[in-house]
Amino acid sequence: MMSNFVFLPIFIPLFVGAILVFLNKKHQLTMKISYLTVFLSLGVSIYLSYYVFKNNPLILETGAWKAPYGIILVADKLSVIMILSVNVIALAAVIFAASSVNSKMVQHYFYPLFFLLIAGVSGAFLTGDLFNLFVFFEVLLMASYGLIIIGGSKVQFRESVKYILLNLFSSILFVTTVAFLYSVTGTVNMAQLGERVAEVEQQGILTGIAILLFVVFATKGALFPLYFWLPKSYIVPSPVVSALFGALLTKVGVYSMLRVYTLIFSHKLELTHTFFIWVATITMLIGVIGALSTSNVKLIIAYNIMPAIGFMLLGIGTFSAESLAGTIYYLVHDMAIKAALFFLAGLLVWHAGTSNLNKMGGFIKTSPLLGWMFFIAALVLAGIPPFSGFIGKYLLLRGAFDEEHYIAAGIGLLSSLLILFSVLRIFIGAFWGEVKEEPKEKVRSSGLAASGLLIAISILLGVGAEWFYPYIQSAADSLIDPQIYIDFVLKE
Amino acid sequence: MEIVMSILAGTLFAAGVYLLLQKQLLKIVLGTALLSHGAHLFILTMGKLNRGAPPILEKGIKIYTDPLPQALILTSIVISFGVTSFLLVLAYRTYQSNKTDMMDQLRGTDDE
Repeated sequence: MMSNFVFLPIFIPLFVGAILVFLNKKHQLTMKISYLTVFLSLGVSIYLSYYVFKNNPLILETGAWKAPYGIILVADKLSVIMILSVNVIALAAVIFAASSVNSKMVQHYFYPLFFLLIAGVSGAFLTGDLFNLFVFFEVLLMASYGLIIIGGSKVQFRESVKYILLNLFSSILFVTTVAFLYSVTGTVNMAQLGERVAEVEQQGILTGIAILLFVVFATKGALFPLYFWLPKSYIVPSPVVSALFGALLTKVGVYSMLRVYTLIFSHKLELTHTFFIWVATITMLIGVIGALSTSNVKLIIAYNIMPAIGFMLLGIGTFSAESLAGTIYYLVHDMAIKAALFFLAGLLVWHAGTSNLNKMGGFIKTSPLLGWMFFIAALVLAGIPPFSGFIGKYLLLRGAFDEEHYIAAGIGLLSSLLILFSVLRIFIGAFWGEVKEEPKEKVRSSGLAASGLLIAISILLGVGAEWFYPYIQSAADSLIDPQIYIDFVLKE
Repeated sequence: MEIVMSILAGTLFAAGVYLLLQKQLLKIVLGTALLSHGAHLFILTMGKLNRGAPPILEKGIKIYTDPLPQALILTSIVISFGVTSFLLVLAYRTYQSNKTDMMDQLRGTDDE
């Protein structure tokens, strides 16, 4: 009975999304239903997390087909942490959307696509089957294809074509890789894959497949050198959509890497994981260089996604219990703060009427709350103690130093500094000095509320680290020993 | 038989990648369609090809086909069908609003 709960985080948004397709002309009603749904969904995910941490992980074997044969959903500690974060982001997004999504966007199915995106992301976090991971990737990508072109401006079409083509290509590569893996191991169940790959100690061809799979996830997660599609395509849609993309989509790629390279391909660390560390290092550098190279406010935030992904990959590459805990911590932190920053950047751009930093100035007088929120968000992002970014980075860098990856850790530190510089540049440029151009419109209060909620959570994650850390650590402990997951799913 | 199918899948991949590297949007879309055909054939081949054998395992049946690749391929075909049709519409709209379908003119500038 209890195991059916695992299905709910996917089912609720999917069901509501399907219903809302028919209500696209009724703005107010849609909004009310959306609020109800995100609260319900958040409640379910809180209960699910409580249950999993208190008792044991849950597994749903659909149609009562036993584990390696049927399609399974697994809610282990890592999954429920991710599900909980997704639902918090969804709540903030709905609050933000209340004032930023106009009737025209609602008519063009903003809310149905939004809920389908949430359903796809939740599914990707819960599935215990590699092919189903591909299917849920497609669900969330399909929703994102729809979301990115809502509005239908010239530049949106131009950038979304590139976004869609690249993601489509990597999806095809994903199916091909699954086919390879199936022909070698004869299964697509992740737990059984883990078992079978361990049996043959990840021989030659399996490591090749591991790298091929890494290319797939690297494209989804925007790692060097496969990041070109990300910055520009993330800034063209409406801010709420940008925030969802920045907070959720790339993180699904990171989560998949976290799962696959701890559970399945963790036997040739010197080949795969060392390679990850180098990719991570270059990604961090390229990301901050990109962020410093532009004076478009949204683009600065979009480029800042990449160093964060680099940090998380550094944790996976280092592969110790501590660094994996750091990765999970950073993942949760980054979801909240990226969404908040995209919200704030969107509010700022509306307020200023331009996204060019050189044309802004003195907005601290016209909107002090926005300014100070931006300042705190910048500190959180860069990892200034006692905020949440610091805890994640501390764990990751300590892990990297312990395993003697000095260059990667050094560049990590340097890029943190440059991240701080790149976002404070926005704060200084937009809020200090004299008012250059009168603000175009007042800052929308529900937008501030949504960003405030996420910033508060980030601060709580940092200040209350003592509180959250044991949970994160126990999730990381179950990652470092894949046998726990395998035994649980296959019931041996 | 597997060899022939593998070569065919490989050819489709090669043609798909070639089209993907073209400048014209429509050719790129067709390239992704070819690529996904290649991927589907490849999945089927990877599940081993058996002639005249049903994908059912019952008592008394000695030779059967693996049903899993067929299930996978079906899911994948539906997805790529949807994406391709979406992509065609998108390519058309992009052409309409940007007045060009050449990728090298769809670059854009920094100050937008």
